[in-house]
Amino acid sequence: MRIAHRLPAVLLGATLALTACGGQGEEPEPAESAEPGTDTAAATCAPPAADPDRPGVGDGTFPVTLTDATGEVTLEAAPERIVSLSPSHTEMLFAIGAGDLVEAADEYSNHPPEAPTTDLSGFTPSVEAVTEYDPDLVVMSDSTAEVAEQLGEVDIPTLVLPAAATLEDTYAQIRLLGDATGHSEDADAEATRVETEFAEVVEEVCAEAGDSGLSFYQELDETPFAATSETFVGQVYSSFGLVNIADAADDGTAGGYPQLSQEYIVEENPDLIFLSYGDEAAVGAVAERPAFDTVTAVQNDAVYLLDADIASRWGPRVVDFARLVGDAVLENADK
Amino acid sequence: MPRGVVGVPLGWGAGGLVLLAAAVLFGVSAGAASLSASDIVLHLLSLLPLDVESPLTERQAALLVELRLPRVVMGAVVGALLATAGAAYQGVFRNPLADPYLLGAAAGAGLGATAVIVFGAQISDEPRALVPVAAFAGALAGVAAAYLLGTTAGGGGTAALVLAGVAVSSFLSAVQTFVQQMGTDQLQRIYAWLLGGLGRGGWDDVRLIAPYAVTGMLVLLVCGHLLDMLALGDDKAVSLGLDPAVVRITVISAASLATAAAVSVSGLIGFVGIVVPHIVRRLVGSSYRAVLPVTMIVGAAFLVAVDIVARTVAAPAELPIGVVTAFLGAPFFVLILRTTRHRSV
Repeated sequence: MRIAHRLPAVLLGATLALTACGGQGEEPEPAESAEPGTDTAAATCAPPAADPDRPGVGDGTFPVTLTDATGEVTLEAAPERIVSLSPSHTEMLFAIGAGDLVEAADEYSNHPPEAPTTDLSGFTPSVEAVTEYDPDLVVMSDSTAEVAEQLGEVDIPTLVLPAAATLEDTYAQIRLLGDATGHSEDADAEATRVETEFAEVVEEVCAEAGDSGLSFYQELDETPFAATSETFVGQVYSSFGLVNIADAADDGTAGGYPQLSQEYIVEENPDLIFLSYGDEAAVGAVAERPAFDTVTAVQNDAVYLLDADIASRWGPRVVDFARLVGDAVLENADK
Repeated sequence: MPRGVVGVPLGWGAGGLVLLAAAVLFGVSAGAASLSASDIVLHLLSLLPLDVESPLTERQAALLVELRLPRVVMGAVVGALLATAGAAYQGVFRNPLADPYLLGAAAGAGLGATAVIVFGAQISDEPRALVPVAAFAGALAGVAAAYLLGTTAGGGGTAALVLAGVAVSSFLSAVQTFVQQMGTDQLQRIYAWLLGGLGRGGWDDVRLIAPYAVTGMLVLLVCGHLLDMLALGDDKAVSLGLDPAVVRITVISAASLATAAAVSVSGLIGFVGIVVPHIVRRLVGSSYRAVLPVTMIVGAAFLVAVDIVARTVAAPAELPIGVVTAFLGAPFFVLILRTTRHRSV
């Protein structure tokens, strides 16, 4: 039992953030018993409306002062040696044409292929290892904000950009990285492209499938943790008007990532199941679970394997994520 | 009080069985999904060749038979294994705080499971199925290492065995933590396993451990009167024609087998092996012939009851059962402490 006593609750959050599943994962606490079957009304099938107060971009000149999660960060000159400790931000930097400025990226930054993946950990960053690359800008998500302070002490400007909770956050972070790298115009164009293409995917599916009212959940691991509509990935699903069975399982204490029980899933009987972990074997394992042969998603072969990277990052590839979900909806809308 | 065949006080045995039956009944009617007790009973009757119509839908029936029932059975089996193993260890070591995790079984199982979760993809296409096997091998290896160390380096006394167990456990835990760090993306799965749970494998898991569980449990039940002789002291045991070393090895092996079987499917669930035997000794006295069988029954009822709490407190989420037993077990230690203080005065 000695082992089990040493479990910092924070690990769950750390793990979720590490796999870029979200920043605020907390140990699920005792929740009010949610009545199974209290379905939240299906969202309408439509792309999310734009935020009227959306921040614009600067003029791409330096010095520039930016606001990140920790406060204001001033960059005196255009950075030339960026270290990115977060896969989503690595993808954004390359998408806005600032990829050639990225000197080193963390161990999970595997996209695009030309990203300079190193053995740097974004999970437990080592300040010394980061300074080895002599960076003039470090970008990281918020799972390890105290490292930003230490980097500040050695005069390395650091941008802490938390895991996006909404698509708006993604667009804002893309534009902010544009201002930080002198690629403001490219970033503005990229953010607009992502938003437009996302909307196109959703509208196309909605036109064909209408308000299908299909229920689903996304499984983050086999224990199984799921993501509610309050999360970034949840918002992608809501755009298609799907009913998320995980919503009723979180009374606000699970931070958007409740752990579901097998019984709950069987009783809620989702039409679609998305796995954002594992491989084809994991899909087979779901069908093998006791009593899952009665679940509609299993009966209709509607257990989908998502690319774990695409489904857990909040970068430009959210459009690909939307396509995966959209295809699943189209396949099942008239069943 | 009349005594039965194996020397069990019949009253306590029967009482324990009533408790177990009640726990099982509550166990199948409690859970995230809402099934009424009467519907469950009717459905179970409909499975018999009687003229009873089941009120459950196909999905509810599958939920009951494929998820709930095996889970309750698993709870009973694991509870019985851990509690009986705990009582047996306490008898061998003559120490009321000895438990199934004392001899490196748990640490070994933890290392085995962690290693498979982290490296499993490289050895097999089905690493999940290997977790129980690896935990089992790890548990037995841990106990074997502790026993060898205790008998060779330590001279084989009970104190030496306990110290060897602590040393082996610490070492294996350290290795396990190291392996864990190599697989940071698997932390969630590793912790889920370490915290223990019963709701994983349905009937498959029950089938998987049944042979080991039955073997370990039968050997322990048969050994009850040998432990009673050991309790008189080694010299006395020898004069009764008993080889204490053989008895120790037999009981430790059987108890470790039982522990390994339990741990391999349900992860690490602490305190059951201490709390239950302690309560039972209070009720039936200190004769192991009586303690072991009653502990087995009460242990089964206890873990089924704890699992009901784990499933319902945070429904539809589930608490790891190891957390619940730790929650109940820690205050219990304080009680043991207080009573031992009073006794030693």
